[in-house]
Amino acid sequence: MQVIDLAETTLRDMNAALQAQNGSTNQTAWQILNPRGAHALAVGLDAPLDVTVAGPTGYYCAGMNARATVRVAGSVGPGVAENMMSGTVIVEGDASQYAGATGHGGLLVIHGNAASRCGISMKGIDIVVHGNIGHMSAFMAQKGHLVVCGDAGEALGDSIYEAQLFVRGSVKSLGADCIEKEMRPEHLTALAKLLESAGSDADPAGFRRYGSARRLYHFDIDNAY
Amino acid sequence: MCGIVGLFLKDARLQPELGGLLTDMLVTMTDRGPDSAGIAIYGPGRPGRAKLTVQSDDMAAFDGLQARLAAATGTDVSITRKDTHAVIEAPRDAAPDLRAALPAGLRVMSAGERIEIYKEVGLPRDVARRFAVPEMSGTHGIGHTRMATESAVTTMGAHPFSTGPDQCLVHNGSLSNHNALRRRLRRDGVHIETENDTEVGAAYLTWRMGQGATLGGALEQGLRDLDGFYTFVVGTADGFGVLRDPIACKPAVMAETERYVAFGSEYRALVNLPDIARARIWEPEPATVYFWSH
Repeated sequence: MQVIDLAETTLRDMNAALQAQNGSTNQTAWQILNPRGAHALAVGLDAPLDVTVAGPTGYYCAGMNARATVRVAGSVGPGVAENMMSGTVIVEGDASQYAGATGHGGLLVIHGNAASRCGISMKGIDIVVHGNIGHMSAFMAQKGHLVVCGDAGEALGDSIYEAQLFVRGSVKSLGADCIEKEMRPEHLTALAKLLESAGSDADPAGFRRYGSARRLYHFDIDNAY
Repeated sequence: MCGIVGLFLKDARLQPELGGLLTDMLVTMTDRGPDSAGIAIYGPGRPGRAKLTVQSDDMAAFDGLQARLAAATGTDVSITRKDTHAVIEAPRDAAPDLRAALPAGLRVMSAGERIEIYKEVGLPRDVARRFAVPEMSGTHGIGHTRMATESAVTTMGAHPFSTGPDQCLVHNGSLSNHNALRRRLRRDGVHIETENDTEVGAAYLTWRMGQGATLGGALEQGLRDLDGFYTFVVGTADGFGVLRDPIACKPAVMAETERYVAFGSEYRALVNLPDIARARIWEPEPATVYFWSH
């Protein structure tokens, strides 16, 4: 276990040390102490590391992650796992706005609640939120899955493309072109797998599925004039 | 951007540390706005005494001020100078005369019985040091470091804005209907000093409270009448409120323990508060009024 204490090491040196593991390394377990809400912690990783951040973080924690597993023992500020490519990011507390924004792949698990714009413009990432999500979540979501064990705020999935949304609780309102869709066996199978990988024992049968009505993003000749 | 901090003490034993804690919080937020900084502190006050914080860039404006105000009001007036600011105290009944007798070169930062506001162009660390804010005690206070967008970088454009007795407001965001609202408020006789959007927000709340609304009620009505982006932190003589607009893109984090309620634009601002590891930490919901009072 490698330990970096941010009371002694600068943020830049800490990120550089983690990024230096990109390629082949046998130093896979890392612990970051005293994060004290710092921004851009453990960003740009591209190695199969297992990083634990011991406390709350600021903006953009684990941004652009590839292959690494980053666990935050606390809450995170805006933009956690923004543009993640692969790997896993686990937040034990709450996440602020735009968690997992534009993510291309990997798994983001939030054990608490996520604020507004969770999964905005997601492009293939899987996001599982054990609690609730705020308004405008999955706005323009293109690909991937957003699973919400609690409730969703206003305008869920506004202008959504092909991402799949699963919500167990209430949805305050659906955004433009987002509709409830039939939950078919393949969806239940995919959902069960996501819940299991996120450590949730929620029953997939208790969820509803939402997605695109596909009326908004096809060119409609009747709209030309 | 802009950075906001606020601290409301429940435990009186923390009161001597208010200025120090608030200064540390605000200095941590410096990189959210380097243009100007300000702090409002609610001190103990003295029974029956009114308090006026005034400012001038011209130090000569303070010469002979005490004698002049004492003569004009016919009462016992005391003045405490701090750099470009001075706190004037006089019997409560003399407050209107005091204000009328102020020389033209002095600008009023705040008025009331407990509030003192210190604000200038510059970084939080420098502004706090110039006015010895870390040594100040009090029950609650709010601070702001500004990245200017809506009006000039001047002392009068710095936050907090105070538009009513013992009231003040700091703001992260921008109001888009402030010109129309300023005209409306001025028609109703509300005094608004600057072209700044935030001052209109503060004056709006003062106007609503003048009509009988509580701070909580005024903030609720603000959700309908104020258009734009905002996270507000508001101070009154005995309380402290928080409101975010329905879109809520301006950040906010709160912490509560048995000893205090704290607000920061980011969690970083809160890390040095006592027992922060055991505090309840949360993000205030959009379009939801939060208020604490003594």
